[in-house]
Amino acid sequence: MSEFEPRIVAFLCRWCASAGADLAGTNRLQYPPNAVPIRVNCSGRVEPQWVVEALKSGADGVLIGGCHPGDCHYVAGNYKTRRRIYLLRKVLAEMGIEPERVRLEWISATEGARFAQVMQEFVQELKKLGPIGVVRDKGGVTGGGKENQAWSVDMPGTKGVEA
Amino acid sequence: MPETRPRIGVFVCHCGKNIAGTVDVAKVAETASRFPGVVYATHYEYMCSDPGQALIQRAIKEHRLSGVVVAACSPTMHEETFRRAASSAGLNPYLVEIANIREQVSWVHGGPKATEKAIRVTRAMVEKVRANQPLTPVEIGVTRKALVVGGGIAGIQAALDIANAGFEVILVEKSPSIGGHMAQLSETFPTLDCSQCILTPKMVEVSRHPRIRLLAYSEVVEVSGFVGNYRVRIRKKPTYVNPEKCNLCGECAKVCPVRVPNEFDRGLSLRAAIYIPFPQAIPSSYTLDEENCLGIVPLRCGKCAEVCEAKAIDFDMHEEILEEEVGAIVLATGYELYPKEAMAEYGYGTIPDVIDGLEFERLLSASGPTRGEIRRPSDGRVPKEVVFIQCSGSRDPEHHKPYCSKICCMYTAKHALLYRHSVPDGKAYVFYIDIRAGGKDYEEFVNRAMEDERILYIRGKVAKVFREGDKVVVWGADTLTGKRVEVRADLVVLAQAIVPSPGTEELARKLRIACGAEGFLKEAHPKLRPLEALTAGIFLAGAAQGPKDIPEAVAQASGAAAKAVALLSQPKLEHAPEVAEVQEELCSGCGICAPQCPYGAITVDEVAHVNEVLCEGCGTCVAACPSGALTFRNVGDEQILQMVRAALEVEGVGV
Repeated sequence: MSEFEPRIVAFLCRWCASAGADLAGTNRLQYPPNAVPIRVNCSGRVEPQWVVEALKSGADGVLIGGCHPGDCHYVAGNYKTRRRIYLLRKVLAEMGIEPERVRLEWISATEGARFAQVMQEFVQELKKLGPIGVVRDKGGVTGGGKENQAWSVDMPGTKGVEA
Repeated sequence: MPETRPRIGVFVCHCGKNIAGTVDVAKVAETASRFPGVVYATHYEYMCSDPGQALIQRAIKEHRLSGVVVAACSPTMHEETFRRAASSAGLNPYLVEIANIREQVSWVHGGPKATEKAIRVTRAMVEKVRANQPLTPVEIGVTRKALVVGGGIAGIQAALDIANAGFEVILVEKSPSIGGHMAQLSETFPTLDCSQCILTPKMVEVSRHPRIRLLAYSEVVEVSGFVGNYRVRIRKKPTYVNPEKCNLCGECAKVCPVRVPNEFDRGLSLRAAIYIPFPQAIPSSYTLDEENCLGIVPLRCGKCAEVCEAKAIDFDMHEEILEEEVGAIVLATGYELYPKEAMAEYGYGTIPDVIDGLEFERLLSASGPTRGEIRRPSDGRVPKEVVFIQCSGSRDPEHHKPYCSKICCMYTAKHALLYRHSVPDGKAYVFYIDIRAGGKDYEEFVNRAMEDERILYIRGKVAKVFREGDKVVVWGADTLTGKRVEVRADLVVLAQAIVPSPGTEELARKLRIACGAEGFLKEAHPKLRPLEALTAGIFLAGAAQGPKDIPEAVAQASGAAAKAVALLSQPKLEHAPEVAEVQEELCSGCGICAPQCPYGAITVDEVAHVNEVLCEGCGTCVAACPSGALTFRNVGDEQILQMVRAALEVEGVGV
């Protein structure tokens, strides 16, 4: 069996993190291709629900990239995100999902190298964590080595299926 | 829309070898052709080239496309190009999206995984376009008139520049005359030219300019509206003197029984209740200061009116509230010196011979209370030893202001130098922390003061200033020799910190713009947008934005004026339509959204309302809405979730 390749959804703000990812490209900095980037105007637009849904839909990790504190193009969107993601990680931990699976990073438009490094680190970390142990919406169970952690998200409004 | 089923075209660009060298573009196109909603997919060498764009335009018409995904370079490169191309082929530009498979795929990955990721990224974008709605930019008209707040050198410069570009300007100044602090200065560093001589011609130009309406003795009460369409209420206080009739004879002031400290001379002289701040004041008229007059309603004195031959005095004058519409606003509300009450350790406010820099300017000025002779306030003697203390209140985060006030090193050198010219046998000492003389010819000027003028510069802070007999004793430390220094001075001049003029924060609140931690008006970006507030259509000039000297204030004012002119010259303003929107039937009016918005674009009554002109499109409010009533045009929640699901699920489509 080939090595586990985590799947990542990356919500990147257009002014900083996505521009930083573009710079990584311009500088031809190689990093693992595990993330699908989705560009949004501001990290403040990222709803915690999106992160939860991404994890439920099969993502092993979610990256949120925004501007450094004080540099937000929209004044303070990143501060709002910081609070929301902080809280979300606590909730996820309560639910038995490793909070490390949700990563919030400040990456400026000039930090191409940092973007590449964050991707490297995140992929490594998720490889260590293994596949996410939740039952997926679409009926299939994520394969994975951590049998003990396989469990279903049993929350009102979610469509958890027994493994 | 006539067609309800999406008909999406996917166009994969090779970018020469930039993409095609790593990503199997044919496979991306072939796979994309089987994505739900896709009716046409192809790949081409250079999509951004003319033939590439023509290919897209042809496909839009031939396949009646309802949306386009271009899988190519970063949207920052060619989103505009492809949207324009699609638009000229009859497709709404907001139905075109770019899947970034160059910067974020082909340049950073290799092997089959790169192709797989390119397919995922493209698939996600197809989902986005499936849910995109056609949009039109919001169009706004522009009122071709500007408001300039503050009549110091920055406000004067901005008003003249805008008016000279052909636009009407309203210049509001709260005191009876324009000119600001520059009118109080004696000479200016580093050239030592007379401040009034270079300022007053500009003041006269303002008063004569056919397109400038000067409202002195007036204040901005309220501002509403948005870029290009501000509504301003201005309170014009009564001066009780008709400026058209006043011939400046000055008889009124002579007979006025009241004497109060003269603000223009920083309290070093007295004035009557009816007065002109300084002879060259603009508007060129006397002003009756209601607060200090013995009484207007009912009239208790009236002597001024009795002697006024021009019949200029009108006790029936009353306050007016003017309503004006303007397209742009320039804020140039200037600075004040850090209040003397705050500097107890230097005896300021208790020892009469401890004065601030502006008071010293008035002593130096030929039009000042001593006609330019330097005489100390307590007994009128010419001081033989003068101590100048720099950074008084600046660079002292523990007790006073943390920042450098920027202009004090220069004006202290000027003060000491002018003192030495005026009192050749006098001794001048300057206590300093560092000398910051960054500016054209500035360093040379300070060196001249140190070397040629034999002014003793002592590096160190002053610990205490106190009175002993008729001397003012200054205790300090010379940090270069490590010794204590005591100077028994006749006069001490404090280079007080520069602070925003009183009322700056209140004005900022009225305009819904931000102030920094120290109360200076905050620029939209510290490096790239230093001339404007974050709110569109509001520009910043002069020391209201941060301590600065005259050339800098003038440069910033001209820059702000150029920005204002650029705005006023637009036939119409266009605003991106990708903004937040309220679905009123879902909104409970809880109001959680409103404080999230940095632009004040949300008002809440029964339900929330988004002003689509003020909304800059960050979406922070949308993410905060607990009931899902706030949505974001073309970045909807369900839309994003579909993108996420599609991107994670690509195997299903056969990679």
